[in-house]
Amino acid sequence: MSSDLLTQITTSIVEGEPDGTVDLTRQALEAGLEPLTIINQGLVPGMNIVGDKFQSGEYFLPHLIIAASGMQQAMELLEPELQARQEVLERAGTLVIGSVAGDIHEIGKSLVGTMMSASGFQVYDLGVDVQTATFVAKVEETGANLLGLSALLTTTMTVQREVIEALEEAGIRDQVKVIIGGAPVNQEWADTIGADGYAEDAVGAIELAKQLVG
Amino acid sequence: MMRPKLDILSGELVNQIIAEGFALLMDPGVRVHNEEALTLLADAGAKVDMETQIAYIPESIVRKALETRPSEFYLYNLDGEPAVHYGGDSVQFDPGSAAITILDSETQEQRLPLTDDFVKFVKLVETIPQLDAQSTAMICADVPEEIGDLYRLYLALNYMRKPIITGAFRKDTWWTMKDMLVAMVGSEEALAVKPIAVFDVCPSPPLLWSDLTCQNMIDCARYGIPSQLVSMPLAGATAPVTLAGAVVQHTAECLSGVTICQLAQEGAPIVWGGSPATFDMREGTTPMGAVGTWMIDCAYTQVGKALGMPTHAYLGMSDAKIVDAQCGLESSGGALLAALAGVNMVSGAGMMDFESCQSYEKLVIDAEIIGMAKRLIAGIEARDEPIALTLMRKLGHRADYLAQMHTLKWFDKELYIPSAVIDRGSLDGWRRKGAKTAWERAQDRVNELLATYEPSPIPSELRAELRDIATKAAQRFGMAELPALPQD
Repeated sequence: MSSDLLTQITTSIVEGEPDGTVDLTRQALEAGLEPLTIINQGLVPGMNIVGDKFQSGEYFLPHLIIAASGMQQAMELLEPELQARQEVLERAGTLVIGSVAGDIHEIGKSLVGTMMSASGFQVYDLGVDVQTATFVAKVEETGANLLGLSALLTTTMTVQREVIEALEEAGIRDQVKVIIGGAPVNQEWADTIGADGYAEDAVGAIELAKQLVG
Repeated sequence: MMRPKLDILSGELVNQIIAEGFALLMDPGVRVHNEEALTLLADAGAKVDMETQIAYIPESIVRKALETRPSEFYLYNLDGEPAVHYGGDSVQFDPGSAAITILDSETQEQRLPLTDDFVKFVKLVETIPQLDAQSTAMICADVPEEIGDLYRLYLALNYMRKPIITGAFRKDTWWTMKDMLVAMVGSEEALAVKPIAVFDVCPSPPLLWSDLTCQNMIDCARYGIPSQLVSMPLAGATAPVTLAGAVVQHTAECLSGVTICQLAQEGAPIVWGGSPATFDMREGTTPMGAVGTWMIDCAYTQVGKALGMPTHAYLGMSDAKIVDAQCGLESSGGALLAALAGVNMVSGAGMMDFESCQSYEKLVIDAEIIGMAKRLIAGIEARDEPIALTLMRKLGHRADYLAQMHTLKWFDKELYIPSAVIDRGSLDGWRRKGAKTAWERAQDRVNELLATYEPSPIPSELRAELRDIATKAAQRFGMAELPALPQD
């Protein structure tokens, strides 16, 4: 019965039914399943299947995002339960992410944030047109070990360099790996400005993040 | 829903073209180099000069034929399911037929096709979802020329499930081809009820029915096997240079074909089709990639529809000699227009160098063009009521559409999603995958698709029977044993 529920949770993630995922998660808690069991044997296997299907070409971005959104909604139910049990979900890392000052493009960094969150990272999405000082302050506040900087314009990609310089000035460059993304950005640019990594897409960003801090 | 549709002619011009087409059948009349057809026409009341073999066909006889011909019919796949609909504005695609060369995948040079080449091609067509039918796409050079037509059908029947567009090059070989088709479905009756093949029959411009093609058409009609008129006025050379004038000639040739077909057997399925071209006034060639060629095709399709006929056209080809930019632009122009014109069967995928060369790689590129063309004519629908108000008010000014169930529900219906033949990655992503050209990506796609081919389910006794029929024909032309089928 309980393993049935876990299988159904996995299936609901894979089939892209976030409402179903939330219902089933609630049922699983009521049936006495441990939150960590629900996460590790229900939700995470679902996300892994979705990721595989995306990489094999069977699934597309909406499948990824909706699966991730089901996972996030389920996590909102599970987090208070974890706290009540004084259990800690082992995080793959903590990511602060946003589009740099002057850049109002949202989709790319939201995609990365959502996917990273569903992959077990604690994610702080600061939104768009984020001031350089705000990035630095949030990294300090959260102790994040990853910082994602998005820039979609050739005129704003230079701000990615400014943020890295600001981290150095604040003396916290060593505690955080900086990953960059956006249409005009590539590995060469990452090397030029001293970023720790660049990835082509959201799935690539997860792999990169796991390499850097995993 | 309003489907995007191209009407290239005014109603008035359609009527005039049809009127002039009818008038040509009386003066100067149609040359019919086939005695059976001349007799059929004479018996029906046409004035026939047996000496000059010219028939003068009054409109009344033609009008009667236009009443008895089916306005629609289906071709069936080997599972007995209707797979191709000839009629209305259905649009389907098959590869171009009867290429005399294949573009070698390694050297990119044209060479003569052999048994293995055509077998590979048939398998590839089976795996391409955008293609609705097979065709006897190339003529294998490893068998005697006299059996070139039936041998390619023999090979295709061993590997296909989709229906097939074919044609005979001789009067006697038609019977062998018919026997193989009957063997496939069990009986002559079954073949007439659920045809799996259509035969191209080609009048010669201007206004000539050769003995061979006329006999093929009559024999098809008698057995209830669909035939497909392939009238090919060459504007400025064998037909008037004006596009409308070329369509008048096409109309007259097709009207005479429908008439002879229906006189042979009332109710026999027949398609209003063609492969016209404009004439290149520098090179003296017949460009399939010329906009004028496409316009003639669209125009005669409209005429055929006005007469209630199922339609066919040779479109989506290129005159390029390698798979290059010209090849892509010409193929997409023709295919998109064919779809907009509502041509029931569009033949031409894979074909280049006019109508002489087939290419596996071009075929998989053309498949993407066809996918886009089919998406285009599926049109734009509201999908939701209201279209967007509820959704956009829910989201307000958030750009969060990627995470909406509405997106998941509709994206793969609204968007045509191409294979990796079409590169839409970033510059870096493209480089990381090897900075491949369209040609190289097409090569990858060919191999990827071929690996998914599932063997035809036909029993070994039927394979043996087909081989027996084809071998007997080969022996009449000095070949004791047919080449072995590829092992795998």
